[in-house]
Amino acid sequence: MPNAEHTPRVGLFVTCLADMFRPTVAFATVRLLEQAGCTVEVPEKQTCCGQPAFNSGDRNTTRDIAKMTIEAFDGYEYVVGPSGSCIGMLHYYADLFDDNDPWKKRAEDLKARSFEITSFLVDVIGFDQIKAAFDGTITYHDSCSGLRQLGIKQQPRKLLGKVDNLELAEMEEAETCCGFGGTFCVKYPDISNRMVANKTENTSASGADTLVGGDLGCLLNMAGKLKREGKSIEARHVVEILAGMLDQPAIGEADAKRYELAKQV
Amino acid sequence: MQIKSPEFKDNARIALQDVNLQKALGNLKAGFPVKRANAVERMPEFEDLRDEARDLKNHILENLDVYLEQFESKVVENGGHVHWARTSDDACKTILDICKQVGAKTVTKGKSMVSEEVNLNEYLEKNGVQPVETDLGEYILQLREDHPSHIIAPAIHLNLEDVSEAFHKHHNRPKSDDPAVLMQEAREMLRKQFVAADVGITGANFCVAETGSTIIVTNEGNGDLTQTLPKTHIVITSIEKVVPTLEDMSLFLRLLARSATGQEFTVYNTLSTGPRREGDQDGPENFHVVLVDNGRSEMVGTELQDMLRCIRCSACMNHCPVYGAVGGHSYGWVYPGPMGSVLTPQMIGIENAGLLPNASTFCGKCESVCPVRIPLPKLMRHWRENEFEKHLSPKAVRWGISGWGFFAKRPALYRWVSRSSAWFMNKLAGKKGRISRLPLAGGWTDWRDMPAPEGQTFMDQWKQGKR
Amino acid sequence: MSKAEILGNIRRGLGRGEPTAQQRSAAESRLAAKADNLIPKRGQLPHDEQVKLFKDMAIEAAAEIIELDSTSEVPMAVSEWLHKMNIRELVSASNAELTEMDWSALGDIQRVERVAQVGDMASITSSFAGIAETGTLMLHSGSESPTTLNFLPDVHMVVLHKSTIVGPYEDAWKKLRAAHGGKMPRTVNMITGPSRSADIEQKLQMGAHGPRTLVILLIND
Ligand code: SF4
Repeated sequence: MPNAEHTPRVGLFVTCLADMFRPTVAFATVRLLEQAGCTVEVPEKQTCCGQPAFNSGDRNTTRDIAKMTIEAFDGYEYVVGPSGSCIGMLHYYADLFDDNDPWKKRAEDLKARSFEITSFLVDVIGFDQIKAAFDGTITYHDSCSGLRQLGIKQQPRKLLGKVDNLELAEMEEAETCCGFGGTFCVKYPDISNRMVANKTENTSASGADTLVGGDLGCLLNMAGKLKREGKSIEARHVVEILAGMLDQPAIGEADAKRYELAKQV
Repeated sequence: MQIKSPEFKDNARIALQDVNLQKALGNLKAGFPVKRANAVERMPEFEDLRDEARDLKNHILENLDVYLEQFESKVVENGGHVHWARTSDDACKTILDICKQVGAKTVTKGKSMVSEEVNLNEYLEKNGVQPVETDLGEYILQLREDHPSHIIAPAIHLNLEDVSEAFHKHHNRPKSDDPAVLMQEAREMLRKQFVAADVGITGANFCVAETGSTIIVTNEGNGDLTQTLPKTHIVITSIEKVVPTLEDMSLFLRLLARSATGQEFTVYNTLSTGPRREGDQDGPENFHVVLVDNGRSEMVGTELQDMLRCIRCSACMNHCPVYGAVGGHSYGWVYPGPMGSVLTPQMIGIENAGLLPNASTFCGKCESVCPVRIPLPKLMRHWRENEFEKHLSPKAVRWGISGWGFFAKRPALYRWVSRSSAWFMNKLAGKKGRISRLPLAGGWTDWRDMPAPEGQTFMDQWKQGKR
Repeated sequence: MSKAEILGNIRRGLGRGEPTAQQRSAAESRLAAKADNLIPKRGQLPHDEQVKLFKDMAIEAAAEIIELDSTSEVPMAVSEWLHKMNIRELVSASNAELTEMDWSALGDIQRVERVAQVGDMASITSSFAGIAETGTLMLHSGSESPTTLNFLPDVHMVVLHKSTIVGPYEDAWKKLRAAHGGKMPRTVNMITGPSRSADIEQKLQMGAHGPRTLVILLIND
């Protein structure tokens, strides 16, 4: 627990998708960590967790990326990121090295220190002083790695419960995969499409106006499908709501302000 | 069975458009998973049982040779015979030989996936012995010259109409669309076959080393009639099915029905030990067990050893969103779903089955319901690695990954790529906030929009001091 | 030849040759111990609760239960049940318990002792044990109890004594070993309700190939 004497030093694992697609998610994570009394740093040497290589069977590339990431986060008390899937990948690093390889110990050490943001706040430092409001009904998609590998289920709901005015309407099959699966969605587009279509159907049926989740990969997939289907449901990462950072249009939405500006000109 | 696994993608695309199949798959989704969840809820010790079952299976595999030899000696002690079959061919030949020795013309069959694996029916037919499937689902499939699409509900891909048509065509009776009437028809037709058969072939869910018994687990009772009425009972099973004692078998039985159909217990759990005893008025006079290997022994001591824990409950496929979308036939061989995606490459070669272990999002649902806690995603990844090492993965994937890897290992370069992509895609999207067609990303944009990046990367903004 | 190859592969995988006495000991001691694994709480109830659990579970599995105070009431109960169903023939096992009963109550119903044949409407057998945890009957083959009686007829009637009801499967195995000097009968049947199938569109239909009806005559001894 942070207190007057101790402010945990957290290394932010940005995740490549947040970095490129949605910096707001990373900023929101920083804000939450700071609200929780942590100092946040962003190590330069990070890129991607290595999952694309790992899941394509390229162990050597994965190992190289793992070593780089382990080094980048050496010395931080905690490593926190806004994705169950990427943090889950950091947890797999230990499996990449033989028992007598010194990297294995370092990988295990990293695993012990790295957490997905909502579980870090709830399970590790017991922070729940959420200061945010959200006018609307949300439904929550439990992303697979977070749910089944890291046991993230109640944590985001607990925190969302602290957001003023927010209503949660659970959907059917909230725990069923959305069909993203990294490269799966482009390698098996037809199957992936069926899966994401099931998901958007369940999302609609929940009656919520915003779909919330903890993993950008899944959110890009689901938001992309919702928009293609012409649905008005918006999609946001859970940290955007928890940190009250809602200025950025929802994922895949038109920028209303830019629209306005364009019209004026 | 003809191997169609290399056409997985085409199979899947056709399956997704097949309205009848999709309707049938809907029955699966609403059935087994819900029933399993109820059964698990009623058994507070379920998770502990899973741990014990995993550990026990591991112990068995560590001592597999000892238990197999013990099992064999007990079968022999009870007057039965054990045949070891290294390959499918060995298994088929052994069974045909036994059939010939007793002059068999027809054999009845209980449901056995191992017999599908070795392609027994086709072999027997070619050699003048007529196999008759007696499990209702398998019987329907045999009439339709079809194959199972699920390991415990073989005809799950069919609708009532399909069954009704098949029966009408073969039974010479008025067409009915009442499942109860159809089942009655099958019951009557098969009664004659049960009695007429010279040999009965069943599978085995477990082989008990302590007693030399094999056990079948069925709801219909067809397996029991199959093995009790003919003069000869042949059990075709595989080497990993051996368990030490009756107590150990009980542990697995507690998990099997609940994981499979969500029943508290399957209706008939029947143990067979040797041929009929002196004074018995019924039961087979000869008892044979054919222990099939077919690539399993090579899995011992490798990462794939975990797969040998499988008790064929089907929970993994019942809960798999990919199986639920494309059905079992898409996998193109005997074993579908996650367990099939691990086993099939071992049995028909990774060069034939490479698409299967790739057809997973690694959502982990299968592992989360597997009663013996097989890390199915990890084992599918094992095959992907094997493919990658053998240079079997498609060139686009290999080059894509190495190209990407080159950048991912160099933060400065990676930053530059992210920065340019974010900028480019943002511009492409314009004010809309999303892209509906993206070069080189048709797999994505054929079906969904690509949400646009905000514009600047986080790393750049952070460095500029934005908070 | 297959055998040597298969065992050879396994041993190679396990990183050893033919197991030494020491290497066999883990398996051998497990075989000798026949120890229980985890037994669910519901299998460890006091006997009267076991009986209740057995009844509940058997009924849930769609078995019918007729409770009787002694075996002498069996013929009358059977007679009434068969008359109600309009069945006039009963194929019976020939073990002492059944042959020693006074069957005159059957009236016009003919009782024959033989194996079952296609077309038989009803059979009656004794049972070896009842297993409470899932409402399961345990029966086994023997010269006086042919297995076909359990499967071919449309109706299977089974005499079960409350005193033979045990909690978990494990206790039934121990009872069976004790009764047969460790040697298994040719066939052991664990039966939980009547035959069924859901192979057509996942819709459950009763009476696939085995009995459509399972009647348990539960004796309060
Ligand atoms: S892999 Fe596990 S879940 Fe799948 S059939 Fe085998 S035992 Fe069942």
